[in-house]
Formats: sequence, structure tokens, C-alpha cells
Amino acid sequence: MKTLVETVDELAGRVGRDVKFMEVCGTHTMVAFRTGLRQLLPPGVCLISGPGCPVCVTGINYIDAAIELCRQPGVIVATFGDLLRVPGSDSSLERERAAGANVRIVYSPSDALVLARECPSKRVVFLGVGFETTAPTVAWAIFRAARDGVSNFSVLCAHKTMPHAMEALLKDQQVEIDGFICPGHVSVITGSAMYRFIAEQYRIPCVVSGFEAWDMLKSVEMLLRQVVEGRAEVEVEYSRSVTERGNVAAQRLMEEVFEECDAGWRGIGTIGKSGLAIRPKYAAFDAARVFEVKYGEAHVNPLCRCGGILRGVYTPLDCKLFGRACTPTNPLGPCMVSSEGTCAAYYKYEGRLAA
Amino acid sequence: MKHDRILLAHGGGGSLTRRLIEEIFEPEFDNPILRPLDDSAVLVMDGKGYAFTTDSYVVKPYFFPGGDIGRLAVCGTVNDLAMQGAQPYWFSLSFILEEGLPWADLQKIVQSIRKTAAEVGVEIVTGDTKVVERGKCEGLYINTAGIGRIQTPNWLGSANAKHGDVVILNGSLGEHGVAVMSQREGIAFQTSVVSDCAPLWPLVKEILSTGVEIHAMRDPTRGGLAMAVCDIANASGVGIRLVESALPVSREVRGACELLGLDPLTIANEGKVIVICRRVDAESVLAAMRRHPLGKDARIIGEVMEKPVGMALLRTTIGGERIIDMPTGEDLPRIC
Amino acid sequence: MCLAVPAKIVELNDSTATISVEGALREVDVSLIEEPRLGDYVLVHAGFAIHKWDKSEVEELEAIRAATDLREVLT
Repeated sequence: MKTLVETVDELAGRVGRDVKFMEVCGTHTMVAFRTGLRQLLPPGVCLISGPGCPVCVTGINYIDAAIELCRQPGVIVATFGDLLRVPGSDSSLERERAAGANVRIVYSPSDALVLARECPSKRVVFLGVGFETTAPTVAWAIFRAARDGVSNFSVLCAHKTMPHAMEALLKDQQVEIDGFICPGHVSVITGSAMYRFIAEQYRIPCVVSGFEAWDMLKSVEMLLRQVVEGRAEVEVEYSRSVTERGNVAAQRLMEEVFEECDAGWRGIGTIGKSGLAIRPKYAAFDAARVFEVKYGEAHVNPLCRCGGILRGVYTPLDCKLFGRACTPTNPLGPCMVSSEGTCAAYYKYEGRLAA
Repeated sequence: MKHDRILLAHGGGGSLTRRLIEEIFEPEFDNPILRPLDDSAVLVMDGKGYAFTTDSYVVKPYFFPGGDIGRLAVCGTVNDLAMQGAQPYWFSLSFILEEGLPWADLQKIVQSIRKTAAEVGVEIVTGDTKVVERGKCEGLYINTAGIGRIQTPNWLGSANAKHGDVVILNGSLGEHGVAVMSQREGIAFQTSVVSDCAPLWPLVKEILSTGVEIHAMRDPTRGGLAMAVCDIANASGVGIRLVESALPVSREVRGACELLGLDPLTIANEGKVIVICRRVDAESVLAAMRRHPLGKDARIIGEVMEKPVGMALLRTTIGGERIIDMPTGEDLPRIC
Repeated sequence: MCLAVPAKIVELNDSTATISVEGALREVDVSLIEEPRLGDYVLVHAGFAIHKWDKSEVEELEAIRAATDLREVLT
């Protein structure tokens, strides 16, 4: 009876050339590094990380806007912990907190709503960052706030969606992908049918993967098999959580509260219809409208290679700043500061061994 | 981004704390006794070795499952002395109290200090009390400083680990941190995990009684096991490899970590010790540890290697390998 | 960020439930899943249950987690 590792080795041999599989989920990035899975892959199989970390693809101007908000009197900025240390143009939420701003870490958008209820004299702004896994939970918070009249609650929305971003990568001449490891929990919400166009129009194999190291290795096996057999389909390795249709209740809630919009992905540029904006119906809970937020131009360190890293074109080892000027304690770009960023993963778990 | 203010992470016991020490304190206070920056300072007076240490306790809340700030204030300092192979003798005890602190709370805490000190024969020989206005410290802060007599013939220290040594751990990880976290507002989770807060001198005494040459001991408090092994690897100029499947983590701690997205390797412990000694001596050390209640789960969790110099690695459960990185320190403030 | 944890419902209210992850308890919202029941296993993300598992799916995860070194032969 063969082990999974041996099967992958054997299939990679049959493919006869190097292949690059891209995962587009920050948690997949972390699992691959944290478990040492990457070392179990045969040399011809390369796992690259795409723009799967929502913090990494959020523009610096969003952080700057959040900082502006937290400096306003009577405002509490509630955020997931991931955003706390992200560098803006000249500060971060962590530094603002140290200087006296009211910045609170929450584990759920419903916690932020509770905060708003408990502090009626303050205005609570929740930083809505994340993909389709998180967006429904934020939609719920906005929906409930509207229903219950929690008028001091609002969301600064920067949610993004995967399919158009994945398509943009395929159209990018510099990017070479032989298959996608599709995000497992995004797919719980959206359903796996969402990726069909990638397999059918672009002839790229897709496998929706779970989050154990075993799941990811199994997904690599399934992708290799598709390559060997000349197929391009959407297969689901994570069948215990992912269906074709997805979570209908969550989808309906997102549809109710959000509408599609164009969005800027840091390092990639604007991708059409890849973002979510709060519908005019819920304008009273849209922090961008309530506070008349103006997103400025962001100043990016010219040596920072996060953009190329996010597209899978470079690895952190290609960046002159990596491990020198840019480290987890002094991050210059989002890929290093985010707990799921590719550079953070390399630095924490691997890169210094290779260097 | 250069830091121009103190951040919470500077108190986390991780790399930012190290930075703070390197940038603000070391330049002003460098001397041969301080330089090793071990758990305790080693002083030689009239040919005898003494250990001297100090610690401040700001844990929030000050009563938590398995202990309180008073017990912690004794254990933490006893353990810092024990890590240098020193039997604890004389402690100073300083309080900073908040106006409005309930008298009954203070009494309970002081009784806890007395009981814990009695467990290991520590005498409180000097002290101080200050009171600050309401709102200027949450309840109370405690500082203890301790002096102990070193009982080992050789020097124990983070810089003393040698290629070929093994790394032994006495029991399960992450209990103190998870227990304190469960009491924090804003985190809202419940668990049956109880702090492992305990004075380690009696266990260390058993270990030293074997007569074996111990190279280093370290209690993995703030920053957890990860910080401890990174520090030792760095100070000794060796590599350390831990084996994930050998690391003891209880089901409840694992559940809490999964729920909160934390790594058990980086969570504070207050009753755990890692012992580094030669492989040939491991059996004696393990036998001695297992004789004591605090060491009944003692086991080898890793080894010291020549390379990669200054780094700690983890052989994962799936057979891969990754770096154990020094935690930055902002997982959770005021855990000790 | 897409961290989602498998958890067991140990208490159920209207739109919220208390879930247990190996003994660690937390309150989550169950509005996004259909007919949650006591004893059900759910996938939790950001304080919400986003998917309900049936027994075979839970067993699958347990089997995967029990399989350790991937280089060892899995029977």
C-alpha cells in the first residue's frame, strides 16, 4: 500500500516536467509552511502562494483611512487582530493605540456590534477586511444593526472576492500556473461551482482543498492526476465541508447587504467586480459614507516586492529587503506583517534555512 | 518603522522585549554579571555562589483559575532562582496598590504569598507599599526580588547547551496562558484549564540530587517554549530540534488554541521547566523528575545539534521540518 | 484569516449556540446554518457557524488527524 507521499512522487515523475500549483488562501499558505509540508513535495512540484491573504492585498490607503478614523474623538475602531500591526504610510493601528487611540481587537463582527450597543455615545467602526468566508458575517452585523437601529455602528468595507482575481492572474503574462488549490472555507460559502469557468475557459485544473496537511497533499495528488490525464476540472478534496452550491443563507445575506464593485488589489492593480461595497440601502452603516472617507494615494517602498510576491512571480528570497530591513518586528510591507503573509511565512518557518 | 513609544508587545517576552533590552537597557547597564541576561544573576561572595533575581507581576485578572498574582509573585521568582540551580532563601516584596482595591482581596493575596513562600522555605525579609490613584493601575502590581544559594558545582546558563545534549520537559504546555486568557473580558471563551503556577525548586532539587552535570535549565514563561529554545540556541551558538509529536499538550489547551488561533509553543507556562543535559545522563534525570509530582510527565522533547547555529527547529507531526521562530510578543498582554 | 474550526454544539438558544472545541467553550451565531441541533458538529469562523457536518464527515477529519507522519504507510 503506497503512502500519499509516494503516490505524489510517482505522479510527478509521470508528468515529466516541473509544475507550479498556486494556492490562494492565506491559511493554506500557513499550513504548508507550519507543517513542513513543502519539504515532502517532490522537486518538480512547486507550491506557490498567490494573493490569498486579505490583509496583504488591502491597500495602504485603507490602513491610512482607518488610522484617520481612530484619531477622531469618540470613535472606537474595532478590528481583527491581523490588521493591528500593518504599516500605513507613517503609522499603524498599534502605534495609534499606544498614543491613546481607542482601537479594540475583536474576534467577530458581532463583538463589534455588541461594543456599539454597549457604548452608545461612541461611534464604532468595524474594519471589514476578508474574502467570502468573512463577508457574510460582516453582512450579518450590518443587517442586524439596521434591523435593531444601532446607529453608532458602521463598517469600513474592503471585502474582496476570489474568482475575478484568480482570472486576472491567469491573464497576467508573468504568472505561470498549472493548477489551483482552491480556498476551502471560501468555497464552503460560495460553493465549488464558482471555479468552473477556470477549468472550462482557461483549461486549468482546480482542486478545492481542506486545511490539514494531509488535505493539501491529497489535493496536490489530485491536481497531478488531472495534469497526467490531460483533464481540467473542478474537483473537491474538501468534500466534508464543500458542496457545489455552497451556503445559500450566507449568499443571500451577502446579496442583501453588498453589491459588486471594482477593487484595488495591492500589487496587482484594479480588478473589475472583485470587491464588495455596501449597498445604498445600508448607507447609514457604511463608514466610508458616514465619515466621508477619502482614500488617498499610498506611498510604497520602491524596493518592496510584495506585489510580485502576491502574484506568485517572486518569492520573498527575491526581495532585497527580506530578512534585512524587512522583518516581522519591523515589517515594511503587508506580506511580512500579516500573520498569513507569504514573507512572514518564509521568515518564520523556512526562508532563513534556505538563505 | 522606528519605535518612538512603548508598545504592549514590548512586554510580551518575545523579540520586541529583546529589542527593548538591547536598545535601551544594555547600552546603559552593561557589566559582566548582567551580560548573560539569564533568569538570575550569579554573584560570588566570599567564594560562595549566590543567585539574585527580580520580577514584576502585572497579571490581569489578579485571581485566575489555579492561582493568583500573589502565588505567581513567589513562584516566578523562586523559579528564576531555581533555573540557576539556586535554593531560594530571602525575598523582598513590593506592592503598588490602586486606591479602592478591596481590603479582602489584598488579604487573600498576601495569604497566598505566605503559603507559597512556606512551600519552599522562602522568607520575606523586606518590603514596601505604595498606593496610586484610582485608575492608575488595575488593582495591584507586585514586585519581588530574591536571593538564593547556588547548589550546583558548575555554571548553569543559556549559553551552556552543547551539541549532543537532549532537551527534557516536565509536563504539559500552555496551561497558565490559557487559564488567564479565559478570564479576560473581550475574549469570551470558557475552559476548564487551570494555571500550572508552581514553585519548581523542589523538582530542581531532585534533578540536582542525581549529581549529573546539568548544562541549562529554563522556565518557559512569557513567549512560551518557543522563546526559551530560541534564546538558548542563540546564546549557546547551537541548533535545537524539537519533535512535535513529543510535545505534551492537553486536549483542553489544544482546543483553546484552535479556537483562538494560537500556537501552544508560544503560550506562557508557570510551572514548567526545560532541562538540558547530556544524552547519557537523560535517564537519571528523567527518573529523578518522575519521582516528583511536578515531573511525573517528564520526557525528552528534542535535542541540541551543531547546526543550524542559533536556530530552533520543529520536526512536525507529518514528518516535515520548520523553524521555531522567536515570538514577537503581542499574543496577549499582562499574562504574568 | 480563513481560520475555521470544527466544533460541537453543546447548548442551543435561538440564533446562538455554545460550541466546544475539545472542551474550550464559546458562544457563536448559528443564523447562517439550517436547523442546528444539540450535538451537531459545525465549522466556526469569526464567531459564526458556517457549515454543519454529519457524522461521517467528523469521522473523516478524525481519521485524517490520526494519520501522523505522511511518510508512514497508511492502512
